Amino acid sequence: MRYILLIYRDDKWWDGLSVQDRGKIFQDAVEYSEGFRAKGVYLGGDPLEPISTATTVRMKDGKALLTDGPFAETKEQLAGYTMVEAKDLDEALAFATRHPLVKAGLSIEVRPVRVGPPK
Amino acid sequence: MGIEEIFRADYGRILATLIRLLGDIDLAEEALQEAFAAALEQWPAAGTPANPVAWLVSTGRHKAIDRLRRRAWLSDKQDQIAREVELSAPRLDPQSAHDEETPVPEDRLSLIFTCCHPALATEAQVALTLRTLGGLSTEEIARAFLVPAPTMAQRLVRAKSKIRAARIPYQVPRAEALAERLEAVMVVVYLVFNEGYAASFGDRLVRHELCEQAIRLGRMLVELLPIYAEPKGLLALMLLHDSRRETRLDASGDLVLLEDQDRARWDRAQIDEGAALVEAALSESGRPPGPYALQAAIAALHAQAPTAADTDWAQIAALYGVLARVYPTPVVELNRAVAVAMASGLERGLPLLDALSLDGGLAGYHLLPAARAELLRRLGRRDEAARSYRQALALVGNDTERKHLEKRLREVTTS
Repeated sequence: MRYILLIYRDDKWWDGLSVQDRGKIFQDAVEYSEGFRAKGVYLGGDPLEPISTATTVRMKDGKALLTDGPFAETKEQLAGYTMVEAKDLDEALAFATRHPLVKAGLSIEVRPVRVGPPK
Repeated sequence: MGIEEIFRADYGRILATLIRLLGDIDLAEEALQEAFAAALEQWPAAGTPANPVAWLVSTGRHKAIDRLRRRAWLSDKQDQIAREVELSAPRLDPQSAHDEETPVPEDRLSLIFTCCHPALATEAQVALTLRTLGGLSTEEIARAFLVPAPTMAQRLVRAKSKIRAARIPYQVPRAEALAERLEAVMVVVYLVFNEGYAASFGDRLVRHELCEQAIRLGRMLVELLPIYAEPKGLLALMLLHDSRRETRLDASGDLVLLEDQDRARWDRAQIDEGAALVEAALSESGRPPGPYALQAAIAALHAQAPTAADTDWAQIAALYGVLARVYPTPVVELNRAVAVAMASGLERGLPLLDALSLDGGLAGYHLLPAARAELLRRLGRRDEAARSYRQALALVGNDTERKHLEKRLREVTTS
């Protein structure tokens, strides 16, 4: 079963870190995930550019409306995602709990990927 | 044994086994309902089967397979057909001589760890545990927690769909995770107990049922996880509190303080069992005692004192001191302050309570000024006591306790 790990962080906090610190956190995360690739657990993932680069598309009066910025303003912002293959939630949670990004102070939302049409 | 007794005593055991066999809580619940309906229909005429539990498991399983088959015909869903084929295939566990329909203790343990999974909200954990292992109806749980029945039903539905969709596993956690997960299970069991024990509002019968359920779950943990000390402590704590059940309120429903309770009416058998469990929990080698065992040890000292005056307050104060180290909360500190006052002079307790007031962790908690008022009243400082009783009354939320505080306030303000 696949789970997506949505990685959130407080961008203000992140922007306050030195380039070296950010690089170290990123490097640790990459190494951790890659360590699970051969086991078939880590399926891939990416960091995202900051929310200042986001554009949201909605329909208004039959026309596509584009807005500068994220869908919702939140205290912590979506900063990346990771896909994992796990036997059950406990396995996915174990991967997330030991993730270096969590140790560094980021939050991870674990969501199962739905298979098939909506129920 | 009649069908109703089996329903009460074995509901959780049968359901847990059906969940293992069917892989889905809803499906297992429906199957069990149908199996009980079939029993009500068939047993009176055909006689109770030699092994009623096995009969119910087996019947429930077949009902579920029928149900899946019907659904598969209707919806033509491939996955359901596949599941049905898998379920109806006879399987014998090669590891054991038992056939797989025999309930094994691990089934209930797997189920309680699923229900008390930390990925579920605590209130959902509580409701699900009572529904599945306790066999309480949604209406009964709703009444016990003073929640409208549709709200409770919704809570249960949401929790069960999360278990299914997110695939929360149905298994006993592996050794390295077990201690932590057991902690979460014990929190739920003790919450259930306290909800019943608070007995300040709501239906008293339903609330006592909660205490009994919690004690039953505690017994199950002790029985199935014998190498762990804390479940023994938890069970002891519940038994010891519950032993005083009959004497906590007087005939008019007013609160009776521990020291004024009729000790002859305390449940001796429960006290003895609790005390023996405390011994067992505390003598577990190599590990410092946990918070449940320590609280149970304190409760045992109260329960075993022949009169209130014989209470070993010095020992109780010492135990609260240990508890404050392993479980440092302001409420524990408050209890420690009271025990110190009772053991070594009422005046000694006042500065401890003042320090707690300054600390602020108990701001808004009525028992802090109430404890202060009680010490002052015993010291004969009536004006100060009255002031503290009024502070406590401004904060108290529970009517039984309010009446008690009002009575005390009258005592210190009239001569």
